[in-house]
Amino acid sequence: MANDLFRIPVGKWAESGLDWVIENLGAFFDGVKAFFSQFYAGLDWVLTTPPFWAVIVVLAALAFWLKGWKLALGSTIGFLVIYGMNQWENAMHTLALVLVASMVAVIISVPLGIAAAKSSAVSRVVKPVMDFLQTMPAFVYLIPALLLLGVGPVPGIVATIIFALAPGARFTELGIRSVDSEVVEAGQAFGASPMRILRQIQIPLAMPTIMAGINQIIMLSLSMVVIAGMVGGGGLGGAVYAALTGLNTPLGVESGLSVVILAIFLDRVTASLSKVKQHSAA
Amino acid sequence: MNSTIGPPSSALRVTNAFKIFGRKPQEALKALKDGKSRKDVAALGTAAVIDASFEVKPGEIFVVMGLSGSGKSTLIRMLNGLLPMTSGSVHVGDTDISKISGKRLRQVRQKSVSMVFQHFALLPHRTVLENAAYALEIQGVDKKKRTAQATKMLETVGLTGWGDKYPGQLSGGMQQRVGLARALCSETDILLMDEAFSALDPLIRRDMQEQLASLQADLGKTIIFITHDLNEAMFLGDRIAVMRDGEIVQIGTPDEILTNPANEYVASFVRDVDRTRVLTAGSVMENPRAVVSINGGARAALLTMREQQTSGSFVIDRNRNFRGIVTDREVMALIDRGDSDLTEILTRADDAVSSETALNDLFGRSVESNTPLPVVDEKGRLVGAVARATLLAALGNVPSTTDAIQIVEPGQSAGNNDGSQQPAIFAPDPSGEKGGLL
Ligand SMILES: Nc1ncnc2c1ncn2[C@@H]1O[C@H](COP(=O)(O)OP(=O)(O)OP(=O)(O)O)[C@@H](O)[C@H]1O
Ligand SMILES: [Mg+2]
Repeated sequence: MANDLFRIPVGKWAESGLDWVIENLGAFFDGVKAFFSQFYAGLDWVLTTPPFWAVIVVLAALAFWLKGWKLALGSTIGFLVIYGMNQWENAMHTLALVLVASMVAVIISVPLGIAAAKSSAVSRVVKPVMDFLQTMPAFVYLIPALLLLGVGPVPGIVATIIFALAPGARFTELGIRSVDSEVVEAGQAFGASPMRILRQIQIPLAMPTIMAGINQIIMLSLSMVVIAGMVGGGGLGGAVYAALTGLNTPLGVESGLSVVILAIFLDRVTASLSKVKQHSAA
Repeated sequence: MNSTIGPPSSALRVTNAFKIFGRKPQEALKALKDGKSRKDVAALGTAAVIDASFEVKPGEIFVVMGLSGSGKSTLIRMLNGLLPMTSGSVHVGDTDISKISGKRLRQVRQKSVSMVFQHFALLPHRTVLENAAYALEIQGVDKKKRTAQATKMLETVGLTGWGDKYPGQLSGGMQQRVGLARALCSETDILLMDEAFSALDPLIRRDMQEQLASLQADLGKTIIFITHDLNEAMFLGDRIAVMRDGEIVQIGTPDEILTNPANEYVASFVRDVDRTRVLTAGSVMENPRAVVSINGGARAALLTMREQQTSGSFVIDRNRNFRGIVTDREVMALIDRGDSDLTEILTRADDAVSSETALNDLFGRSVESNTPLPVVDEKGRLVGAVARATLLAALGNVPSTTDAIQIVEPGQSAGNNDGSQQPAIFAPDPSGEKGGLL
């Protein structure tokens, strides 16, 4: 459908902008690509090299330590089911993708949230940018990511990071802003420096909220990683995509179910993080 | 500057302090200085504190009282620079808080001014001991030393053995004791307390007030105490500043505020003390201590006064009816004249009040006389005494001594003077007996 009255070529502008970036910042993106490939390959190696039962024992131990024997038992059963469905390798690839993307997203978004909480000016800039990043359909990120970074796990990881930044920054800002102002005042009144107040009062007290943000990052990463499978990210996402294109019901069910199990595990584990070391206040 | 040697005469001096919140504080300030009212400048900003000036002497408890929104919290937060003032100055010792910032301001907060908060403001993720030691931690005191100091302070406020608990595991009163210990630990001379006891229930609150008063007597801190409760103000304050709509409308001793309110606003505040109407002389009176029988004669009266270390005594007759008051000077004169009949020198025979009299009606008389008011029953028998200190303590609903108040039972001889462990009716400062409270 042609638009006769007037047509704003936003898409064209974006394309030429992207072309410029590819031409001029190619070296930079090669660096980014190398970094993420190494990071991912390392983590993937750690998860796929040991025998599956050893990895399950470690993950179950983690669940036990953070939450208790119920989650440990549930996780063990879940991972055994994944193994039984022959999705173990895929699941570990996906876990590695999620962990890399989440870690980088946390490292970027939490300081951003802190800066936004400390300065209203920063907040006014960060908020709309985050809204933009999160509401843009996730697939759209894949296009520039593909063009800049080529096929493979890296474009998926980068698109995932961008998509998952928003909750991290938003929850962190909210958490720090809602720390009881009297407690912050107490720090000031006894002569603590702003950095010290941040470190000893604001971050510890905002921790449950920040953790909820990190939980959100991980869950968003997981949902995005499946989409990233379409651009050669591999893992469960790749399996789901293969099942879709081949109309392969058994593979679809098995890989889909594995995603669900992984999601539940990650959610429960990170949700329990936000409740660790809290002392009920009167 | 005066040239006298010795400590500065004021621990804290506030001069023409203004605080205006909002878009155009400077314009609002100018308008206010030109004589415009708070309402006139409302469009430019909220004038929270208007032209406040006062001095607080070292070792004084200075109470700031006022209704909600009158600017008390804003005022106290300017004293340690938590809120920068729009205009004016605050001197802590020789340092002008309004002129310094950053590191130097933090130094003043570490060394000179600490604060106790309405909702305690403890760090919930740290133990009681770590909370108490927090001010020292900020000052960079090493762990061993600050732990020792904090343990000692927790003991002082009566929290021995609670150091390992977390604030959330303590009751409100105990949490505020931790807040107090934290502030005391920093060893600053000045203590700011913003409605420090308002969140506590009445019994705990009374307890804390007493504890604070005795702590202050022991440690000699300068305390700026904010409250909207007149009873608390009367009990704690050496002087009271009454605020209204950002302005200080009166500064004076509790007596002055009670008896000489500067305006209708202060007067209505004073009237608000319902319990003065509810309470009667009978409910606050204490055991009369210096009591002599009219038949005992001058020498017996003198002996009693010496034993009780007072300069006056109640005189009763055989039926324990109140007959009047004698003072040591007149008794001496009587003896010098070679006379012994006390009836000659009896004064103020009509001063006795009934035990049904409302406290409200006692104020005037109590202020006029420098001896306690005798309280008599319906048959005119002496049953108790109300000292001025008792009256003020009753405003705070706090007994002025830690002893139980003993009322003379009818039939028991009030003329005996073996009451050495009973409250002294002529004792100059009953609160002096509270040193061992903690
Ligand atoms: N940060 C702020 N920004 C704008 N206005 C403020 C701010 N803080 C206080 N105010 C206003 O200043 C006035 C005085 O407030 P303040 O908190 O000092 O009163 P207060 O006497 O402590 O009252 P309360 O007994 O309720 O604590 C109020 O009108 C309040 O709305
Ligand atoms: Mg207040």
